[in-house]
Amino acid sequence: MTTLIVVLCIILAVIVFLQIGKLTELTAKIRGEKNAQYASNRWNSVLGMIFMIVFLLYCIISAYDMKNYMLGFGPHSAASEHGGALDSVFKITLFFTGIVFVITHVLLFWFTYKYHGKEGSKAKFISHDNKLEVIWTAVPAIVMTFLVVGGLNAWNKVMVDVKPDEKVLEVEATAYQFAWTLRYPGADGLLGTKNYKLIGGSNDIGQDWTDSKNYDDFKADKLVLPVGQKVRIRIVARDVLHNFYLPQFRVKMDAVPGMPTYFVFTPVKTTEEYRAELKKYPEYNEPSDPKDPNGKKKWETFEYELACAELCGNGHFSMRREVKIVSQEEYNKWVSEQKSFYLTSIRNTDDDPNKGKKLAIDPVETVKDTTKVNVVEPVKEIK
Amino acid sequence: MSAIANHPETHEDILIREQGFDDHFHDHHHGDKFQSNFITKYIFSQDHKMISKQFLITGMLWAIIGAGMSIIFRLQLGFPEESLLWLKPLLGKWITVNSEGVGKLAPEFYYALVTMHGTIIVFFVLTAGLSGTFSNLLIPLQIGARDMASGFLNMLSYWFFFLSSIVMFYSMFLSTGPFSGGWTAYPPLSALPQASDGSKTGMTLWLVSLTFFVVSVLLGGINYITTVLNLRTKGMTMWRMPLTIWAFFVTAILGLLSFPVLVSGFFLLMFDRGMGTSFYLSEIYVNGKALENVGGSPILYQHLFWFLGHPEVYIIILPAMGLVSEVLSVHTRKPIFGYKAMVFSILAIGFLSFIVWAHHMFMSGVNPFLSNFFVIFTLIIAVPSAVKVFNWIATIYGGNLRLNSPSLFAIGFVSLFISGGLTGIFLGNSAIDIQMHDTYFVVAHFHIVMGVAAFFGMFAGVYHWFPKLYGRFMNDTLGKIHFWGTLIGAYAIFWPMHYIGMAGVPRRYYSYDNFETFNHFAKINQFITIAACVVFLLQILFVVNFFYSIWKGKVVTERNPWESSTLEWTTPIEHIHGNWPGNIPTVHRWPYDYAKDGKDYICQVEPLGVGEEDSGSH
Repeated sequence: MTTLIVVLCIILAVIVFLQIGKLTELTAKIRGEKNAQYASNRWNSVLGMIFMIVFLLYCIISAYDMKNYMLGFGPHSAASEHGGALDSVFKITLFFTGIVFVITHVLLFWFTYKYHGKEGSKAKFISHDNKLEVIWTAVPAIVMTFLVVGGLNAWNKVMVDVKPDEKVLEVEATAYQFAWTLRYPGADGLLGTKNYKLIGGSNDIGQDWTDSKNYDDFKADKLVLPVGQKVRIRIVARDVLHNFYLPQFRVKMDAVPGMPTYFVFTPVKTTEEYRAELKKYPEYNEPSDPKDPNGKKKWETFEYELACAELCGNGHFSMRREVKIVSQEEYNKWVSEQKSFYLTSIRNTDDDPNKGKKLAIDPVETVKDTTKVNVVEPVKEIK
Repeated sequence: MSAIANHPETHEDILIREQGFDDHFHDHHHGDKFQSNFITKYIFSQDHKMISKQFLITGMLWAIIGAGMSIIFRLQLGFPEESLLWLKPLLGKWITVNSEGVGKLAPEFYYALVTMHGTIIVFFVLTAGLSGTFSNLLIPLQIGARDMASGFLNMLSYWFFFLSSIVMFYSMFLSTGPFSGGWTAYPPLSALPQASDGSKTGMTLWLVSLTFFVVSVLLGGINYITTVLNLRTKGMTMWRMPLTIWAFFVTAILGLLSFPVLVSGFFLLMFDRGMGTSFYLSEIYVNGKALENVGGSPILYQHLFWFLGHPEVYIIILPAMGLVSEVLSVHTRKPIFGYKAMVFSILAIGFLSFIVWAHHMFMSGVNPFLSNFFVIFTLIIAVPSAVKVFNWIATIYGGNLRLNSPSLFAIGFVSLFISGGLTGIFLGNSAIDIQMHDTYFVVAHFHIVMGVAAFFGMFAGVYHWFPKLYGRFMNDTLGKIHFWGTLIGAYAIFWPMHYIGMAGVPRRYYSYDNFETFNHFAKINQFITIAACVVFLLQILFVVNFFYSIWKGKVVTERNPWESSTLEWTTPIEHIHGNWPGNIPTVHRWPYDYAKDGKDYICQVEPLGVGEEDSGSH
């Protein structure tokens, strides 16, 4: 029944519109085509001015209203060392494009209004103006040069890999449909070798158990990182393309099967510090659970998040991992609680190629040394 | 439509009869051999005007399907809590009903809809529907040719498009659903049937369909290029061609050079899917099994895809730019400002479009050093684009503007092109792209600059050349309602997406509930969905206006209703084989002599006066 009514309404609306259309055609005939066109010119040029003013106001007001979600403004500031550089490129671009946007729109609709066809008005024959054209080719070219230089400066600093002697924590994120496996190097600071053919059963990322570097590696269900420590994420995909995306840190890089990629960054704000910043903004002082108005506020439950940003299949939207940035002491404490995956789950099971053999690490049960941060193992060259 | 055959001879007719070029066309008396019965006239037609209509109407059908799909997935995004049970009669098993009787869109079908929406709109509507329609209609008419260089290839071009359409349409009814890995079809997702249901038969048909489509584009393109180069009438030098022709010409060249690369990418993908090769596959463990493939690179596909993919956006936007330039000039009653600068900027954009493809791949794992070049070239495109915008605005300056549906859509195009073009400056800068890549900011950017803007160019073209297509006018009042509604509505849909994107919300998410960073925007998403529904209904109004006007619209009584100086308006209102009944016109001047020497307009067939200089020559 409802469907029928909706269909009838649409048909009725179409008929009404067609009749309006017919009617205006008829009145135009009566008034004379020319006069009707002049009237239409006047109306539509006025509408154009109204549109332009309302539209520009809407743009400015909505931008002000949404400023807390813009890069580098309010609570949406970067939580990584390099993020600020990107945010400032964004701001400069916003400034220049904003000016161009307003000027061109004002001119477009103002000219439309001013030069709409009126009784007795005539067009001017202006075919070109070389001086003007040189100016408006040169000015955008100069502005673009400025933006390119600024942008590339930031880009080449951000994307640089770690140097061989640099102190860095390397963590591996392996993406698969539809989750992440996060692997930390253990006390040796080195991630053990892998082979995708070994994946299966208890070995979800294909660690090679004959490689002693793997013995102390551990996996975590959260990405926990110490604040102020340079981190190199080794990004790996097991099946299809994924993307390692940390929105608050301005980190994004595809995970490509068969080709490990990386992103190097330094977190500068702990989760607690970021929460304290969010507390200042009203939108984060709303209850995080709408059904429980007296429960925790949004800023209290805030967590950094890891998301997938490359379409990877039906569960693409659900690849979440929590990210925690903590102080170095907390991090050390956390690491000391982690257990080596090999020693807890593989050692002396049927999956262990070293079953029965004595290893130098026996009978170590937990990772001991936590402070030693690590030398990066050379990764496969990126093409 | 035939009552107007005995029209009195106009001034232009006399000029063409006396000074035109006699190519002995009608001496052969085979004139209507190709249009003698229903099938050769309306179905397997070799006449460019009929093929143009075929492209237009097929494109419109696809546009309705493609836009309708976006409404369905917008309902999911805007109203994730609402039951979609009422769509079950249409979508069947793709609406899953839970124990409470609430119907939900299945995620796999959400992704299938997103993928099909993109594929359909980009290829079938804005490539075939736009370029196919207007290149076919205007190239022979505006350069003074009897028809395309090869009417037969032209016919094949349409029918390959039709075949491609049938295959794509069929793929929507598969039990595993159509392809669902995004319109870019990145492997390994698109290469591995194990990874997603949509990558099974749906993907095979997607590849087959688009391969046919490329055949269609190539047959069309080679025809357009040949026609423009060889069949220009006497006096029609390259510098006397209207900007529409320049745009179609460069578009066809872009298509001819880039689409084969896409097909080569598709073939390698087919080999990977069916023959066990490893072009794009390496070290993959999927569905409980480690595959044998090693040594391939998914990045290779991205290079091949975007080598087409980027020129493709100019294949879409250049024809729209050409149409807008022409429409603006005619309705401002003024020459287009800086004709040569416009031509050179089309050429510059066309050239640059081939060396910027990797700006889609800044975050895909390519060497960051390489991105430097692509950033530079990408931002250089802003310069010719800016020149075009300034020239359009300067064209309006000092004009005597006739504000009707075509000119309003042309002005709307300029506004949209500015808005969408400026956000391209953010995205083309790789530093900002780290954050913006694959977020809603990108969605907002490309929908405004190549989606809605191209549609506006197309609407301007349809309203403007409808009298040429069907001998009647479209209703102007409905056209204006369509314009204002769509302009406001399109900005209402896409402007807020910029903010969502700046906040970091990724595109292609079925639901935002899992992430507290992304779930702040329920109200905005609702607003966008409502705006999308309104805009969709307005497009239905356009379709109604279109078909109503074919049979019931106001009849065109003068050959040149817009008082335009180009050649297409010197042909009879009714369509005849060979376009001109006698001689083909000889051209004496550039196409934009409006308001010159106190005359409202001077047709291109009018000889230059004593001591008069062709205004296009400097």
